[in-house]
Amino acid sequence: MPDQPSVFKRFVEVGRVVLLNSGPHAGSVAVIAEIIDHNRAIIDGPLTGVPRQSFPYRHLTLTPLVLTKLPRGAGTGVIRKQLEKEATLDKWAKSSWAQKRAAVETRRKLSDFDRFNVMVLKKSRRDAVRKSVKKSA
Amino acid sequence: MATKEVQVKGDKNGGTRLIPTSKAPRFYPAEDVRQPKKSRKSPKPTHLRQSITPGTVVILLAGRFRGKRVVFLKQLESGLLLVTGPYKVNGVPLRRVNQAYVIATSTKVDLGDFSVDEKFNDAYFAKSKAKGANSAEEEFFEEGKPKAKEAFPESKAADQKAIDQAIIESVKKVNNLSKYLKASWGLSKGQFPHAMVF
Repeated sequence: MPDQPSVFKRFVEVGRVVLLNSGPHAGSVAVIAEIIDHNRAIIDGPLTGVPRQSFPYRHLTLTPLVLTKLPRGAGTGVIRKQLEKEATLDKWAKSSWAQKRAAVETRRKLSDFDRFNVMVLKKSRRDAVRKSVKKSA
Repeated sequence: MATKEVQVKGDKNGGTRLIPTSKAPRFYPAEDVRQPKKSRKSPKPTHLRQSITPGTVVILLAGRFRGKRVVFLKQLESGLLLVTGPYKVNGVPLRRVNQAYVIATSTKVDLGDFSVDEKFNDAYFAKSKAKGANSAEEEFFEEGKPKAKEAFPESKAADQKAIDQAIIESVKKVNNLSKYLKASWGLSKGQFPHAMVF
């Protein structure tokens, strides 16, 4: 059989940046430092406040970001240096995924008055759009 | 038992006599009736929620004005909250509400050094006693007719105006705040009040 390239793009691999979905650090990103077994990996997030720990795969999501050539079982310091060198967190923050998450988070934190203000602004935008559409048509 | 001395007439009666102040009952109950225990506890003053301070915009959840956003003024002796719409903005008059039926928002109207007059207490809002019971006959013949509506006392209308004036002034200083107070509040699909920030 010919060796076909995999259709998958994100793998559980050392250096993979992951998003945590549960636990006290839910919502922050970390890096896989070592794979323990088919259920858990050692993750570490020196720049995001995630302490080195074993973490089950079912509670994390793989992101498209990877640290290039991170050695297996790299320590916190090495991971920190490489994260800084490759500006991985900036890349994450700029991704539309992270931006969407941040937007949802801000919307969720709005007070009742803020929600009202958003409603008023949306209304005025709708009105402006409708009027200009009518004008151009 | 308390006793008192009384003058007794007649020469041979000793002049004065000690008698109990209250007469002993003529009959005793056949069975002993337990006296209820006297409570030595006194009711604590109602705790005001920390999120509610003078000027806080609160959402009314029950009663005639449910869904209205109103301004909290002060807590009354009975523990009820004194709120006002202001009346001119959303039609809610000076009113007492229970804090259990209220959502406190983080929005505050800056009341500055405005303080509510002491005369706004629970007695101010108490219902006046029905004047002169109508004769039964009169009521019988009036049945079916709508009762004549009593005019709102002018002094209360003036009180409302005086209080609202100060509040409306500070409401106007914040963009959209008056609109916000005028709009009523509600939940739409997928909104759960316990999971929302107010």
